[in-house]
Amino acid sequence: MNWPRIKDLFTTYLFVIPAVVLFSVFSLIPFFKVFQLSVFEWDGISPHMHFVGLGNFATAIFHDTSWWISMRNAGVITLLALTLQNFLALVLAMIVDREIEGKNFYRVVFYLPPVLSGIVVGLVWNWIFDGSHGLLNYALSGMGLGHWARAWLADPKTALYGIAVIHMWKGFGWGFVILLAGLQAIPRELNEAARVDGAGEWTIFSKITVPLMLPVFFLVSILTILGTMQIFDIIVSTTNGGPGYHTEVPITRILAAMVGSSRFGYACSLGILFGLILLAVSMVQMRLSKWSSRYN
Amino acid sequence: MRSRAHRWSLFFSALLGLGVLSGCAKSNSETSNEVVVWHWMTDREDALQKLADQYQKDHGVKVRLELYAPSDAYSSRVRAAAQTNTLPDIFGVLGESRDLASFIKSGYILNLEDAMNENNGAWHKAFFAKALANNTFEAGNQYEVPPGIYGVPIDVTNIQMLYNKDLFKQAGLDPEKAPETWREFIQDWHKLKAAGIPGLASGWGETWMIDCFASNYAFNIMGEKKVLDTFRGKVAYTDPDWIQVLSIFDDIRKEDLLVSGVVTMINKTAEQTFANGKAAFAFNGSWCVNVYRGMNPSLNYSAMLPPKISNRNPMRIWGGAGSSFMVNARSQHQKEAVDFLRWLTGADQQAALSKETMNLPANKSSVGQLPPLLAAFGSQMDVTTHPSQWPVAENPMVIEAFDKGIQSILIGEKTPEQIAEEVEKRKRELAAH
Repeated sequence: MNWPRIKDLFTTYLFVIPAVVLFSVFSLIPFFKVFQLSVFEWDGISPHMHFVGLGNFATAIFHDTSWWISMRNAGVITLLALTLQNFLALVLAMIVDREIEGKNFYRVVFYLPPVLSGIVVGLVWNWIFDGSHGLLNYALSGMGLGHWARAWLADPKTALYGIAVIHMWKGFGWGFVILLAGLQAIPRELNEAARVDGAGEWTIFSKITVPLMLPVFFLVSILTILGTMQIFDIIVSTTNGGPGYHTEVPITRILAAMVGSSRFGYACSLGILFGLILLAVSMVQMRLSKWSSRYN
Repeated sequence: MRSRAHRWSLFFSALLGLGVLSGCAKSNSETSNEVVVWHWMTDREDALQKLADQYQKDHGVKVRLELYAPSDAYSSRVRAAAQTNTLPDIFGVLGESRDLASFIKSGYILNLEDAMNENNGAWHKAFFAKALANNTFEAGNQYEVPPGIYGVPIDVTNIQMLYNKDLFKQAGLDPEKAPETWREFIQDWHKLKAAGIPGLASGWGETWMIDCFASNYAFNIMGEKKVLDTFRGKVAYTDPDWIQVLSIFDDIRKEDLLVSGVVTMINKTAEQTFANGKAAFAFNGSWCVNVYRGMNPSLNYSAMLPPKISNRNPMRIWGGAGSSFMVNARSQHQKEAVDFLRWLTGADQQAALSKETMNLPANKSSVGQLPPLLAAFGSQMDVTTHPSQWPVAENPMVIEAFDKGIQSILIGEKTPEQIAEEVEKRKRELAAH
């Protein structure tokens, strides 16, 4: 190897080094450290750790009922987000996709909630759902439905659904933007040709829009599942997981294990377990997506 | 041309690499003659800075204060610094006794017992006894920490009940007479309720506050020994005394005593509710004097002990050191750090800090200079207790089951007996592990 070639190789590697160092320090090492910690009992402070093998995972899977309650709660919110939130996003995207007046204004307005901080959104909705002076109760009283008034986020019957409403309000803008982009990618000639052939709006939607939008639907649903299962900031600023365990979600349980009871190893095992569950769900979604593309 | 671009790119890449590596270097004050303090107290930042400036002027030692807030972020930073051996000369440990014990056992915190006992224990004697208790480990403690004093309290706090005098007057009650027994409390509440006045506001969405309230009554109903014996596993949570403690929350629910939504309310919202006159009672700490002053300077209120339910044992409230500083056992400026803390907790400095921040001073000789409301809190320091002062601690997972269970009682979802069973079951499961 001659000198210019060596110099070239050296230069190339030198370019890559900062990125490799940054990626290793902030992503790779913490990633492997979480795996390492998950098989130890450790309080986060002591230099000594006690090896427990897969004991933390066994505790989480077989003994920690609050963990599975939190998974169920996150599952309920995810199900609502997958259906109601994405349905709303699709309807709004289809409206804005048409030639309506002020459509750019609507695009901005619908995209505003996702860019707001979850903590701020939680605090605002706290005020709306407040039992004593909340806007919702005030509106209900005004409509003669005062008997429905309650502390929405402190009532076990409504707390989780209240959280779901806040999350869907904050999240539908993402779906809206992606679905709108998908709708705009469908060639207009297809719809026009179908209309010339006598197809109605429903036929165009079901025979042209839906099949062509299937990859986009899958993308939106994967993002919705991953985003919703990891809900945290809204919970912290509204119910803190209460009342009881009614609004606990996986991340609040991981935090409770880590900060609340200084079980860092156990918290890491919960994190890995949660990651594996999300990975499995995403893989199923991707398989479905591939299968549907082939079918179409 | 290409060669020149290459050289520049090479130079910038090397610079970036060096920048990244230099970020991993130590950045404390090992080489300079200054004491570095990490704190989390946003409300005391200006007052502490003034005192640090004065200390430099009087003693020639620079004290560099570094604020990291909120407290969660501060805690994470301190833990991370412990792992990388980059703790500052003075820092605080936010958390429970087991966290402090872990720091001590890992060799991060200096034992201040000798310094406290110099000059016939002059420094030691300056503090409220309860203020030092939170930072003291006795011989034979459950964490196996060598006995000693490991922290310097810069203020003290306790948690009591508060009542709105104007709302009392509005309901035809004597604003100068706070209820002393549970029966009087409920009678007063009936009058307040009849006048359309909302009841008790507290941040019971933060479960530690529920734990604090329940603990007050556990001590009142069964006494310290039985409470601690429960933690030791000698008394079951299904014991009638514990059922009585849990039943208080059932009474609270049946009497409709709580302001709507308290069960998930954060304390800041509860403070705002009481400050706005939207609740007759509050359950809050002595820090509230400063908070209410900011929210509603004309709020007319007073402090009272939680009304006792039994005459068998005295009512005990949570209290002790509010904020404490620890000295890094590996610091090269240990002497300077100890000297600064000794000066900071002197009577004049404590009075100045208290005046600026409306917190109770840790130095008992500064109490005479307090405003009446703060003095009312200070007068009850003798009846305070705190989990960090108890010789045995309950498992945090049992505490969580207990506190979450109380939330379930408050929303009418479960009975006191059911919760007692569940907590006992959790305790047995954890013991079996």
